[in-house]
Amino acid sequence: MAGLAAAFGSGAMTNPISDIEKSDVILITGSNTTENHPVLSTYIKRVASFTDTKLIVVDPRRIPITRFATIWMRQTLGTDVAWINGMMHIIIKEGLYDREYVEFRTEGFEELRATVEQYTPERVEKITGIPKDQLVEAAHLYAQANAASIFYAMGITQHITGTDNVKSLANLAMLCGNVGIEGGGVNPLRGQNNVQGACDMGGLPNVYTGYQKIDDPSVRNRMEKAWGVEKLPDKVGATVTGMMQMAHSGDLKALYIIGENPMVSDPDLNHAEDAIKNLDFLVVQDIFLTETARMANVVLPSAAFAEKDGTFTNTERKVQRVRRAVKPPGDAREDWKIISDLADKMGYPMRYGNARDIMREIAEVTPSYHGITYDRIEVDGIYWPCLSMDHPGTPRLHEEQFSRGLGLFHAVEYIPPDELPDSEYPLYLTTGRILYHYHTGTMTMKSEGLNALAPECFVEISQEDALYYKIKDNDMLNVASRRGSIKARAKISSQAQKGAIFIPFHYAEAAANRLTNAALDPVAKIPEYKVCAVRIEKI
Amino acid sequence: MEPQNIININGIDYSFTPGETILEVATRNDIYIPTLCYLKGMSPTGVCRICLVEVEGVKTLLASCSTQATPGMVVKTDTPAVINARRMNIELLLASGDHNCLARSLDAGLWTDFQLDALDIEEHRDLCPAYGDCRLQDLAILYRVKPDHVVPVNPKYDVEDVNPFIVRDFSRCILCGRCVQVCNEIQVNKVISFGYRGATSKIITRGDRALKDSDCVFCGECLQVCPVGALMPKQDMALRTPVNEMKKVRTTCSYCGVGCQIYLHVKDNRIERVTGVEGTSPNLGSLCVKGRFGYDFVAHPERLTTPLIKKDGEFHEATWDEALDLVAKRMNDIKRDFGPDSIGLFTSARITNEENYLAQKFIRAVIGTNNIDHCARL
Ligand code: SF4
Ligand code: SF4
Repeated sequence: MAGLAAAFGSGAMTNPISDIEKSDVILITGSNTTENHPVLSTYIKRVASFTDTKLIVVDPRRIPITRFATIWMRQTLGTDVAWINGMMHIIIKEGLYDREYVEFRTEGFEELRATVEQYTPERVEKITGIPKDQLVEAAHLYAQANAASIFYAMGITQHITGTDNVKSLANLAMLCGNVGIEGGGVNPLRGQNNVQGACDMGGLPNVYTGYQKIDDPSVRNRMEKAWGVEKLPDKVGATVTGMMQMAHSGDLKALYIIGENPMVSDPDLNHAEDAIKNLDFLVVQDIFLTETARMANVVLPSAAFAEKDGTFTNTERKVQRVRRAVKPPGDAREDWKIISDLADKMGYPMRYGNARDIMREIAEVTPSYHGITYDRIEVDGIYWPCLSMDHPGTPRLHEEQFSRGLGLFHAVEYIPPDELPDSEYPLYLTTGRILYHYHTGTMTMKSEGLNALAPECFVEISQEDALYYKIKDNDMLNVASRRGSIKARAKISSQAQKGAIFIPFHYAEAAANRLTNAALDPVAKIPEYKVCAVRIEKI
Repeated sequence: MEPQNIININGIDYSFTPGETILEVATRNDIYIPTLCYLKGMSPTGVCRICLVEVEGVKTLLASCSTQATPGMVVKTDTPAVINARRMNIELLLASGDHNCLARSLDAGLWTDFQLDALDIEEHRDLCPAYGDCRLQDLAILYRVKPDHVVPVNPKYDVEDVNPFIVRDFSRCILCGRCVQVCNEIQVNKVISFGYRGATSKIITRGDRALKDSDCVFCGECLQVCPVGALMPKQDMALRTPVNEMKKVRTTCSYCGVGCQIYLHVKDNRIERVTGVEGTSPNLGSLCVKGRFGYDFVAHPERLTTPLIKKDGEFHEATWDEALDLVAKRMNDIKRDFGPDSIGLFTSARITNEENYLAQKFIRAVIGTNNIDHCARL
């Protein structure tokens, strides 16, 4: 997100999902699309199967979408900047880039050119393991398309170089004039249903709704008036990882957690556990007694999505209605009700009759949601920015100009992952999701059917490595990193890359995040979930 | 308008664009032609022969879904010949398998009562679970088909119910091919196809294995388009709630960021089925296994139903007032003693926009800190 915002001025998906049908070339990287965004992947599978659209997939694992790819490049984990720079090297050298676009709509090209100069196909092959001819072929395919789009997900962002990776993808897209056009764009796929909305609504330490900066005095003044408070804090707050560290050191005393389960999702769980134990007061608001809720002083029961009215904003920035279909069980209440009741008790009255009232206030204080009302999205959602009641919404960003004016190229150098395999921990570990489960499993593991299809954690390992370690399918393995160890069964699979194992992170009893490295991307503060070093042994 | 691009349906002229089928022109002009295998937006297969129409100068009846309109064509959609042919084809389809839903000796007008009774009676457990939600049954009723002379056939195949979600009963399959089309052309999972030949024709996975042993990903697209009782959600088999007793509520899927539009089918405060909303983006009716089948958690017995307060390491049930008073007091105390920056809030990518808005308003306006974030930064 930070990467895209720096390049374009806005961090969200640039194009609507339906634009997939308008692309000539689609490049997917760091996204196991068929398992994590299944319905979106059907668009891609359709165009790749039944039209002339070509698909480039760059991923270390033989994920199902590779079957639809014209070119599948298998990079070594954590070397994304290198192959992207390599593609740009070829495109610039052969004069295949969009000169007019680069001249009139962007800045910073000379620095970019100087940097990627060093990334010859030969050097990139050494770093990434991608054969140079294949890289050239992919560069040609991408550069020669009329409209080429890029899709990426957490396989790109969950690295210490996550922001750099995203900036590099933005560079590539701008270089070929692919941003702000139909069928083009750089499109981050959001993992959870309302990540986009949580960000849009200011669930971040540095912005109010609609990415209005908290350290801009005029914005702050406006919010102070709207909310009827004397003075709002002007210091940027702490991130999740920052708060965990503050809890560890005793600077954070109380934590209020709504609908999250960091005791499974946090990188370096052992550290997180100590941090949470160190708090004076923990409140957890959720629909189940999660691993995190068990540690709370007070647990507040909330309503599930089917029990409330409201809106979610999907990965393409479309604000869509959520409607109540059933009543919550027992005394459970909608989260908005709980928060406003608590605010009342703390001497700040929040009186809303329903979710619609709250949306009215959101629209009032948020320029990009200004024209959004429940009436307007009754049948079909609206893409923000939607600036007024007669504004139709914005399916495609940056069409005339970038949100920040000119698109900014960032010259980015390749930096290896924080932790590389060595003699003690000789294998790469990467983590992710599987089709049948979702995040920490709070919801999916309550489904007998989904559990039956994916009952337990596994370690995906290549044929070659299995042979080397004399491991058979279903053998119980101990997997250890510098931070901890877990046990899970082996699953020998042609999906896995030699030298790298994969473990889904959903399972609390074999939490992959006991192993992962909490090293952070310095800008986006996203942990390096996607690469660390481990060793395995049969038990 | 090109004068030659005119077609006459039931005595009235309509214009068409070259390439349009008779069915498309008719549907566009609100002329009803019944269909069964036809799927909007897909290449027509023309196998069910229900959408037959009469075209002047053509001896045989033509399937309107796969016949393109041509200039000067004169079409009749409801002549006795057409109706007879449709009725006969419906009869043939009924006779082709285990379609035991029709009370063979009962008058058509009584079918609704029968339907309701039948659902309550234990010995009617074998009644087709699609009862009341079946395109073939609808057509049989519409065309007053009385299959008295049709000898009921015994089920040809065993029911396959070894996977958690989809029950396949090929004794009720009419081989319309809709499931094959959507699996291959919409979801592109390429799991099922027509297998064998002639009388033994059947929809099969590779090697005719059970779905759970195939590449099936349980998206349930096939289920949603099956017009009869051959593919049924397993939950429906157990619950057997008549469709007209369920309330349909449209909402947004709560799993991934695609934000598929779904209908929750609800009875007695319980979700009994989920289907995709057709014709609306982003999903155009499609769903994945989580969105379609992963709703058990909502009514799960382990749901939290009351606030809990921990005393001496044990949780005790509390009222809202007790719990919120305690939270308010502790927060106020900590804020007074250590300052607002000693308090933090993790908001969530799973709750609504409205709730996220209030969460950040709470931490900023009430507590007075910007310590807010959520766990799913991307
Ligand atoms: S559930 Fe989906 S993948 Fe499986 S057979 Fe049906 S359409 Fe194909
Ligand atoms: S149905 Fe599947 S693809 Fe659609 S939003 Fe839900 S989880 Fe995502």
